[in-house]
This record gives sequence, structure tokens and C-alpha cells, in this order.
Amino acid sequence: MTKYVIKRVLSAILTVFLISTITFFLMNLVPGGPFRAEKAPSPAVEAALNEKYGLDQPVIVQYGNYLSKLAQGDLGVSLKQRGRPINDIIADTFPVSARLGGLSILLAVALGIPMGCIAALKRGKAADSVLMVVSTLGIAVPGFVVATFLISGLGGVLPTMGLSTPAHYILPAFTLAFYPMAYITRLMRSSMLDVLSQDYIRTARAKGVKRFFILFKHALRNAVAPVITYLGPLLAYTLTGSFVVEKIFNIPGLGREFIKAINVRDYPMIMGVGIFLAALLVLMNMLVDIGYKLVDPRIKLK
Amino acid sequence: MRKKLIALLLAAALCALAFAGCAQNKQPGGEGSNQQGSASGQILSVNVGPEPNSIDPALNTAVDGGTMLVHTFEGLTKLDKEGKPQLAQAEKITLSDDKLSYTVTLRSDAKWSDGQPVKAEDFVYSWQRIVNPDTAAEYAYMMEPVKNAAAITSGDITDLTQLGIRAIDERTLEITLESVCTYFEELLAFPVYYPVRKDMVEGNDNWTRDPSTYVGNGPYKMVEWKHNEAIVMEKNQHYYGLSELVPQQIRFVLLEDDNAILTAYENGDIVLADSMPNAEIGAWKEKEDFQTTRQLGTYFIIFQTEKEPFNDPRVRKALSLAIDRNYLVDRITKVGENPADGFVPDTVFDADTSKKFREEGGGYWSVKETDYESNVAEAKKLLAEAGFPNGEGFPVVEYMYNPATPHLEVAESLIDMWKSQLGITVKAASQDWNVFIDTRKNGDYQIARHGWIADYNDPISFLDMWMSGSGNNNAMWSNQKYDELIKKAQQSGDREERFRLMHEAEDILMEEMPVAPLYYVQDLYLKNPKLQGFYDSPLGFKYFMYASMTD
Repeated sequence: MTKYVIKRVLSAILTVFLISTITFFLMNLVPGGPFRAEKAPSPAVEAALNEKYGLDQPVIVQYGNYLSKLAQGDLGVSLKQRGRPINDIIADTFPVSARLGGLSILLAVALGIPMGCIAALKRGKAADSVLMVVSTLGIAVPGFVVATFLISGLGGVLPTMGLSTPAHYILPAFTLAFYPMAYITRLMRSSMLDVLSQDYIRTARAKGVKRFFILFKHALRNAVAPVITYLGPLLAYTLTGSFVVEKIFNIPGLGREFIKAINVRDYPMIMGVGIFLAALLVLMNMLVDIGYKLVDPRIKLK
Repeated sequence: MRKKLIALLLAAALCALAFAGCAQNKQPGGEGSNQQGSASGQILSVNVGPEPNSIDPALNTAVDGGTMLVHTFEGLTKLDKEGKPQLAQAEKITLSDDKLSYTVTLRSDAKWSDGQPVKAEDFVYSWQRIVNPDTAAEYAYMMEPVKNAAAITSGDITDLTQLGIRAIDERTLEITLESVCTYFEELLAFPVYYPVRKDMVEGNDNWTRDPSTYVGNGPYKMVEWKHNEAIVMEKNQHYYGLSELVPQQIRFVLLEDDNAILTAYENGDIVLADSMPNAEIGAWKEKEDFQTTRQLGTYFIIFQTEKEPFNDPRVRKALSLAIDRNYLVDRITKVGENPADGFVPDTVFDADTSKKFREEGGGYWSVKETDYESNVAEAKKLLAEAGFPNGEGFPVVEYMYNPATPHLEVAESLIDMWKSQLGITVKAASQDWNVFIDTRKNGDYQIARHGWIADYNDPISFLDMWMSGSGNNNAMWSNQKYDELIKKAQQSGDREERFRLMHEAEDILMEEMPVAPLYYVQDLYLKNPKLQGFYDSPLGFKYFMYASMTD
């Protein structure tokens, strides 16, 4: 197990390094630059800006400089929010996104798993059909549509701007939760159906085990595994914030900053958030794999 | 069984783990989002923009940042409600006979928000800081009228003390100009010219983000900056005009999304909203809340004058004349802009500041709705003269814009007008903002949209950009006579003569038509009708220090 973890950590570092390298060079290939404005800065000022932020160097040198700073845990400063450290921006905005994202995942899991189970048990009945319609909607309808519906329907009753009180969390959290909830429902339903048709369940039934125990003790444990696999990347994506939800509900989160950074070519910000997101994604996948083993002893970690 | 349970719990804990650490940061009470301008005018919550990139007077380039800066800092002069400069931190400004140097005496009661006196040295330090290439200030060019400013920014002079500003004693400044600048006292009111405190700024790139180091000399001081949420200001107790200040607190609520801004305004969370969704303009236009201010700005299109078919001025003029500008302002932008009949907008003063440059210069074509047909007839004639009767043989050209409101809608309308009136086919092409700027700058287009908002009220801010080789001359246009006129105007100390030269220059610009002005830009915002004492300037800055909510 220890050996496995060490191996995973090493490969995780390598993955993040590769992602950051690719991001850096792709980002520099994209046309445009951080100092573009309707009023062009004078050539002297543009030169001064490029020199100040090291953008006058060849890209490969820039990358070297970036890596040496990164090794010290320094993500550099924003080119747009002049002088503000990227570390500060992430420290400021990530908790906001993570709080909302965490809440919405809890919501998605808490609703999705039971809904999937019910659909599986009532397969072909009215309840199943209703749940499948809801989950299909959840997968097909994009977040901004959900948000718009919620705001126009409940905007008068619930707050729609910022996150200052618990009530402020309801609409954005539900918007964020809708897709994963629908996905989990479908995942849970099919895996539950799969498990329920297996021999050990028939055995349990034949032994006269109560239906409740069959479901919750024997079936659910095995059926929940795919959901856990899905949770890894879902956590990483959701905790780092959704651009759409954060923009619509005016939430000062990381997702909004990331997209903004790309639009204005704020290079250090793109890199910083990109690396942060990649690291989180890799970490979550790793944790999930380890967690997997704990849930299902049959899985061999190699 | 126990093991299994633990395993399940662990899985659930995974979720919790990821955000448990963050939960502690939860702010107590989430103060203030529903506070609003109370009846006593004590707290004003307003929106002038999203999170500003910088509220450093040297680094800010945005209008919303400028609004914050006019509250937290003050220059030697400040603009009054009419946009004219008045003495502020200066008690006296004397201009020498050759009009090349100013002697400025500071007010004896000018103080920083921490109680220290504002000294002449502070101005010297901050002006030198702006032009210093190490600062890399995008607005450094605003300093160019000051002697040696441009040379220092470009690195030709490395000694900062060569800049034309000197402290004679603690309260006296001597400013030397590069050449005569008749609008210099207005420039003194612009944020770039504000003083900053060396002991706060030096070695601290983040001095503006911490209220304890963000020491200003303006009427208000920042007491809190919650990123992406609000910037909170309170009265500067050391400000000389403290007794005239009205709101105890001004909360600049930082909002980005137009719909969110409108919702906040409708809920009464803010008493002023600086933008709104374009689609909602119609619904608000007739209400008392709806406000517009004419800005120092023109929305226009440019032609790539080096390439066919737009190297022929007749073609450029034909396309310009075929534009129904009234349609654009009535149906597309809908804010009540004035259709353009010249390049310099109708807000810019003439030599006699009681008159407007536009009134004196007159219109270069008629923008009366009834004259559109004759304009089109003229356009057809010009196009035929250029060798394209009824648009025959005219190549398919491209109109380049960046996807944002109203650029797409304007593009569609123009294309339709050119097709139906002149019989020529123009295709729309859009590029992401950042790419668009480069494309336009490099001249890799045929027709492109453009807009210009000036930073000071003088026609030169609209005219010098069209000199040959200017960084903003994206039409790649070059006219020797024009260049000479502008150069003369820049060097002339005689206000009457300067304006005559600039009028002549505009005549050439509109005769040659490398650029077709469409309309003069207006700032639009929603203001609670109970908000009194508020004013704004054509530069777009908004002033809340004398505002209050009445019943």
C-alpha cells in the first residue's frame, strides 16, 4: 500500500508538470497579449511592461523562470490586477468556490443515490419514468438555463446575488448540483440494476434475508462504487468553481477568475489556476482510488 | 460489518474533507449586502463596476477605478460639475509669461488621511514614479506635456529629476512644460497627476489593497476592500473640506454581471447601477431612474486605407454617407446618442469654452432623417466615380468586430445598409477582443469597428491619433498636410490659433474619411430618483461625496 501511494504521488507530480508545460506553451501560442486596450499603450510603455514582467524574454526562458519560482511555491503576480500575488487571489477565491461546490456535491449525492435506487427498484414503473425524465433534463439542460429558471421562479423569495447568508447558497448550490445529481441518479440506477441481478443477491433472497437488508447491506455497497469513481473528478471540478454559476449569481469564486484570466491573457493567473486545478484533480483521483480499495477489498492496488 | 461501515464513512468523508478547512473562513453575518442608502444619507451603496484591476493612481486605466480615485485622492485641481478645473490641493497656480512654467502653492491645510501634511515633495515623487519605466504605467503618456516626461518613459533620459517638476519648498512646486499646453490645468485634475505617499508605495506592490497603507489625500478613505464584493469608504477626517462631505460611508458594491447589477438595483441593494442588460433599456428608458451623460467619446468605423478598395477616399466617403446613423441610435443603441456628423464629439469645448468644437466646426454631412436619401444619392455618385456604378465590380469585403454589445448589432445594420443602398456585399467577421486588437493594429482588416473615449476635454485628444505612424492610427492613414496642422496645433500657445488649426485638420480628416464616425458615446446608468447631490463628468467619473438620499 505504501509503495503504491509513493508511486501514485510521483506520477501525480509528473502529470502536473506535464500539464503545466503544455499549458504554458499553448497559452503563449494563442494570439493576443495581456496589455491590449482600445487605446494602445505607447511602444515605450509596452516595452517597459514587457520588461517588468519578463515577457520580453524568449518563451523557453520565461518558462524556466516560471518553474524556478514555482518550485518555491510562488505563482507570481497578476498582470491585470497589477502586483497582486496569484497565491493571494487563489486563497481568496478558492474557499468561496469550494464551500459552494462542496455543498452542491453533498446535495447531489444525498439526492442522486436514493433517486437512483428508487428508479432501479421501481424499474419500468411510473416512479422510474419520472426520475428518468428528471435526470435526462438534468444532463441535457445547461447550468445557465437552470439558473435563469430558478432566478425567474424563485428570485423574489430567495436571494440571487452573492453568498452572504445561508439562504444565499440555496439557488447557486442547487444549480450546481443539478447536473451531477442527474448523473449520479443514472449511474446509481444502472449499477444497482446490475448488482441486483447478481447471484449473491439471489442467494440472499433465497435465504430469506429481509428486502431492506438485501438492499442496504448487500446491494448498495457494491452498487455505489461507480459513483465514488465519478466523485473524484467531480470534486475537483466543482470545488474550483463554475464560471457560469459564479457569474450569474455574482459569486466571488475561482471559476470566474480563471475564465477572466484567459480572456485577458493574464498569463501568470492562467498558469496558477491551471496548475492548482490540475493538482487538485490528480489528488482527488488518487484519493478516490485509495478510497475505492477501502470500500471494495476485491480491488488490487498495483 | 464494522469495517464496511468505516469504508462507507470514509467515502463520504472524502467530500467533507475537501471543503471542511474552508468552512472556518465564513465571514460573520455577511455584512451589508442588504444595507442601502438610508434616508439620512449616511451609507450609500452604489455600483460603478466590477472588481477594479488597480486603484493606484499611476496604474489605473479604467473609468470605474477613476471614480474610486476621485474619492480617495485629489490633484492640484479638480473638475467641478461643469467639467471645468477648480483649485483643489493647490491654493494658487501662476502661469509664467512664456506659458511654459507654473508655480503652484499648496493649501496649508492639505492633509493625508493619516493626518500628515501634503508636501510638494509628494507630488514630485509621484509624478516621477508615473514616468519611470520601472513603474510601467500604461497611462504614462498623460504626463507627456511635462518637460522630459516622454524621454524618461522611453528610457532616453534615466535621471528622474530631469522631469519638469521641482519642489521649491514644502508648499511650493515649480512645473515646467515641454511645450505650451492650454489644457494643463484640466490635466492636473486627472488621477495620473495625483500625489501618492512614498513611504506607503515604495517596495510594496500591494499598498492599494490594504486600508492601512492606502493613504490618500482625497475627501474619502478606503476602510475595507473585500475582493469581488465591495470597497468601503468613509470620510477622511483630515480633509480640508470635511464639513461639506455628506455620506458617512460609500460602499462601492463590486458587480460584474449586467443582470446581477439590475437585480441588485431593483432590490434596492444599490442606489446607482452603472450598467444594465442591453435588452432591458427599452423597459427603463421612460423611467425617472434612467440617466445618460454625454461622454467625450465617438463610436466609429475605420477603413484600411492602404489596401484596395479603401485606398480610394471616394469609396470610403460613399460607405460613410450610406450609413443611416439615426437608425443606429434609435433602433440599435437606443440610449439617445447623437448621430455623428464629425469626428470630434459634441461634448468637446471650443477655444471659447462656452462653445462646443462641434458647433463651431459644423457638420460634415446632414444627419437629419429626411436628408438620408440625398446622402445615399451622393454616395452612389461617389461610388460610380470610383468605378463601381451600383456597386458593380465591387469586391466582397470584410467587416471586423469583437463580439460584444452593440458591436454585432451595429455590424449587421451597416452590412444591411451597404447592401440595400449601394449594392455591395460586406461580410461580418468577429474575433475575440484580444486578437481583434492585434488584427486592427496590424492593419489586417478591411473595415473595423472602433471607439474612442478621451481623457481630457480638448480636440487634440481625438485628432493627434490620426497622425502618420501614430500607434492608434489603425486606419494606416497618412496625410502630410494633416500632420503639419496637428504639429503646429500641438506647439502653439495661442488658444485661438490652435483651435483654428484643429478645425482645419478635422476638415481634412472628414474629407479623406479614413474613419467614419457613427455616433457620440453616452454613459448610461440607473439612479434612484431619491439620490440627490450626485454628479458625474464627461470622463465618466462619478462623484458621491456630496450625495444623499432624500425622502
